[in-house]
Amino acid sequence: MKTDHNLATNPNVATQKPPRKPLMKFLNSKKVVPYIFVSPFIISFLVLTVYPAIRGIIMSFQSVLPGQVNFVGLANYDRVFNPTFYKALTNTTIYVILTVSILTILPIILAVILDSRFIKLKTIFRASLFMPALASTIVAGMIFRLMFGETDTAAANQLLNWLGMESVDWKFNAWSGMFLMVMLCVWRWLGVNILYFLAALQTVPKELYEAAEIDGASIFKKFWYVTLPFLKPVTIFVVTISIINGFRMFEESFVFWEAGSPGNIGLTVVGYIYQQGIQQNDMGFGAAIGVILMLIIFIISFIQLVLTGAFKRGDE
Amino acid sequence: MKKEKRKISVMIANIGMGIICLIALFPVIMLLISSLRPSSELMRTGISLAFDWSVLNLDNYMYIFTEANGYWGWYMNSLIISAITIVLSLFFSAMVGYALAVYDFKGKNLFFTFVVFILMVPFEILMLPLFQMMISFQLVDTYVGVLLPMIVAPIAVFFFRQYALGLPIQLMDAARIDGATEYGIYFKIMLPLMTPSLGAMAILQGLGSWNNFLWPLIVLRSNDMFTLPIGLATLLTPYGNNYDVLIAGSVMTVIPIIILFIFFQRYFISGLTVGGVKG
Repeated sequence: MKTDHNLATNPNVATQKPPRKPLMKFLNSKKVVPYIFVSPFIISFLVLTVYPAIRGIIMSFQSVLPGQVNFVGLANYDRVFNPTFYKALTNTTIYVILTVSILTILPIILAVILDSRFIKLKTIFRASLFMPALASTIVAGMIFRLMFGETDTAAANQLLNWLGMESVDWKFNAWSGMFLMVMLCVWRWLGVNILYFLAALQTVPKELYEAAEIDGASIFKKFWYVTLPFLKPVTIFVVTISIINGFRMFEESFVFWEAGSPGNIGLTVVGYIYQQGIQQNDMGFGAAIGVILMLIIFIISFIQLVLTGAFKRGDE
Repeated sequence: MKKEKRKISVMIANIGMGIICLIALFPVIMLLISSLRPSSELMRTGISLAFDWSVLNLDNYMYIFTEANGYWGWYMNSLIISAITIVLSLFFSAMVGYALAVYDFKGKNLFFTFVVFILMVPFEILMLPLFQMMISFQLVDTYVGVLLPMIVAPIAVFFFRQYALGLPIQLMDAARIDGATEYGIYFKIMLPLMTPSLGAMAILQGLGSWNNFLWPLIVLRSNDMFTLPIGLATLLTPYGNNYDVLIAGSVMTVIPIIILFIFFQRYFISGLTVGGVKG
């Protein structure tokens, strides 16, 4: 590892310094300094992450009422597996599958095109694709709400009418509700994912393309056999974070329907936590949903670590 | 003949890319244009492709700058919370990343693995216990309550560590011989060298805080404590008559970020592509 540089080359350094008070000397010794640097983070980390995480797991076995906390065993988990939760889980899973496939395939294609030497104005293209990531989900969602309004005068329906199709009540059908959430996510994250793939494309050795050209490989063969293998690590990374962020989705739904959508078409797992834990103040129940969400995310992260070979190499 | 063909396909690729970029920018452009339309009409019709260009005016902006005091309150809240979040989270995480990179100490690897592991815990499981903590410390509906969970930024620790691994270590030994303390070395020599990474993380943390939604939604209760996303979300009702504030306010929320982006593109890109954090 790079960090193993010779810090201890000059053991006399301390004695060469002007004399100091013993406390200062202690605080300045290389044995102590790193711990001082690390401690503010550790403390905040313990208080604000580790403690709540453990507390959350404990809470999921409790019924939490104001001034009265009882252990109820697995009762919360028993209640979690109900039709509403399955609805939320199904919605979230569909959303994950759609966003992950779109946000992986489309950025790869666009990154390869953007990377080719025939494209002019690269910086402008890249910047404009990235721009949507700057808008908050709320602002982006508001624009989408107004563009996908129910009236014939809203942009999306105008377009459909011009194409000779019927207007759609975007926010009131299961399929179109899902479409809205997926589109919102894709619009905001496309540019960011393109950047990941663009960065990875820079690692492909140019000689390989030349060699493939000499062998008479077509564009698609070059892409398949030369480019794609180099994109594998970043693809695993992008897929993993997209799955995790997809399971954590809340805002994309909230911005269209606030707390309640017709027939729960927009209910997500986190939305269900918010509804039960915060709005209904049933924190134990909310925590149980949270623990299930955490397990899902752990499993996905674990699969990613296996795929990237993190366990084989041992370090990093 | 072959050259001709290639020219045409290059042109098609460029035009195609241009069209895709236009589609990406379309909602932003529509937001800008719609903010100039009368708000009552906007509420009735939504954002439409065909509308009366002659009625475009600055009324929504006039209104927001003269009468919408509530909106500027949200703006101030967002600015203050983002600024404090940036300063505190950078201060904490830069020190740790630096220490992990340049020093050798017992427990370093354990600590690092620990951070990696905890990084996988989703905020959504922490949220309810954190909310309970905020209630017992009476931090509900305060700035501190909103920004406290955001100052722990493991992603930033990684980023700083990675960056600090490339710092010139020889400078440290030279400074030690000159009698500088370890803290002096950090604050006077190494920290300034880390400026590019600080810029990237300031943008990551700042944008994250500026756009943060779920947590502020839970802790903030009163209208005058709301941040911009929460405040704007309250205007998102189908019967609302606040579309003037909503649309012009949204523009005023996004434009400063876009301007910053144009000037600091490099920092934005390295900041937002670290670990794929959700804004």
